[in-house]
Amino acid sequence: MRRKTLKAVVTFASASDAMAVEAAAREAGFPGRMIPIPSEISAGCGLAWCVPAEERDALLGALASGGLAYEEVHEAELY
Amino acid sequence: MIYFDNAATTAAKPPAVAETVARAINGFGGVGRGVHEASLDAGLAVFHARQQLARLLGAGDPARVAFASNATEALNTAVNGLVRPGDALVTTAASHNSVLRPLYRAVDERGCSLTVVPHDARGALDYDAFDAALEPSVRLAVVTHASNLTGDVYDIARIARICRERGALLLVDAAQTAGVVPIDMGRDGLDLVAFTGHKSLYGPQGTGGLVVAEGVDVEPLKVGGSGTHSYNRRHPARMPERLEAGTLNAHGIAGLGAGLAYIEERGVEEIGARVRALAERFERGVRGIEGVRVLGGGGDVGRCGIVALNVGELDSAAVGDALNAEFGICTRAGAHCAPLMHEALGTQNQGAVRFSFSSFNTADEVDAGIAAVAAIAQEA
Repeated sequence: MRRKTLKAVVTFASASDAMAVEAAAREAGFPGRMIPIPSEISAGCGLAWCVPAEERDALLGALASGGLAYEEVHEAELY
Repeated sequence: MIYFDNAATTAAKPPAVAETVARAINGFGGVGRGVHEASLDAGLAVFHARQQLARLLGAGDPARVAFASNATEALNTAVNGLVRPGDALVTTAASHNSVLRPLYRAVDERGCSLTVVPHDARGALDYDAFDAALEPSVRLAVVTHASNLTGDVYDIARIARICRERGALLLVDAAQTAGVVPIDMGRDGLDLVAFTGHKSLYGPQGTGGLVVAEGVDVEPLKVGGSGTHSYNRRHPARMPERLEAGTLNAHGIAGLGAGLAYIEERGVEEIGARVRALAERFERGVRGIEGVRVLGGGGDVGRCGIVALNVGELDSAAVGDALNAEFGICTRAGAHCAPLMHEALGTQNQGAVRFSFSSFNTADEVDAGIAAVAAIAQEA
């Protein structure tokens, strides 16, 4: 049975910002992966970057060191 | 076939362009419309092309690069998205119809005024007249970086300085120069640059775009699907999504990225020097042929790889047809969507035969072109 776990979810102001993170992640090996933005965070479609909650700080550090823009960081129980 | 119609579209591309388009069209998902591998592949291809264009044009932030289907769409987006009713507008006689017609429409439908700065019979821009036209009330000047008829390149940094001093926005039509003449928006203070992908950037047709400097806001020509914020009644305001409603031509943009990679590998300076050398070789050759009149030559910074000519009083269409039918040489005859430049040069009735070169042309091809013109002139 699939179980929810606590995740950190980074949202973006634009798909272009999201692609910048995807590109940097493929080069530098960031933790996490791109997901469709969960409806409990934002109604509508869009992209978000998701990591296990315990990897939140590592992700934010990588985003900061890469000069990568993001909108907000959320925590949510997700599959 | 010898192809000298590169100012219309480059027919020879780096092999990676077609290979990349083939891979893309057989595997890409919707760009910015999902998070599966196929969609991310498309999104990354578009993102990398944005980065390449930002570097090529000195735009800084890649997000300021908005893709469009061609330079015409980009110019329409800029003019329609910047001009307000009653605005004062300026352009020059070197402008292509892709500039002139959106401006004429603003005059006809929005009550704008338009000053067209003249070029002389050698195609030289009258900078004093441009300076005088840039009254403080002018909101937007739209200027071509190089004439698509004569290939003359104009001093865009000088034009930008005048616009900046008068508080006018400057939109540059770089359809003929991007990829073959260095452009640096940041250094030269250009507010907006419209480019096409299928000429000197060696990409597929159906690609182009508008680069918008930080601090300049263009109202979108189109609104609609954005892939984000679906329950918002309004289209996203941030660049580049602001100007990119609907699914992008990611297949074509991926190919454009391959063309841009070729340019980055060789350098704009080197490619420009090669193309100019071919054009100069051709110009030297045809200038020695009796009855041939080479048009233009009044650019401040040389030519961008175009040489236009006429043979005696022969209709340019007849010369172009003879080049094609008898010598297998592809050129462009006629008016080239540049009516005011033809009027300046006095060729509105005869038209002109335009030879335009790319880095894939050779000196032997150029010499064959010169010989063909000589043969036609001899029989004229």
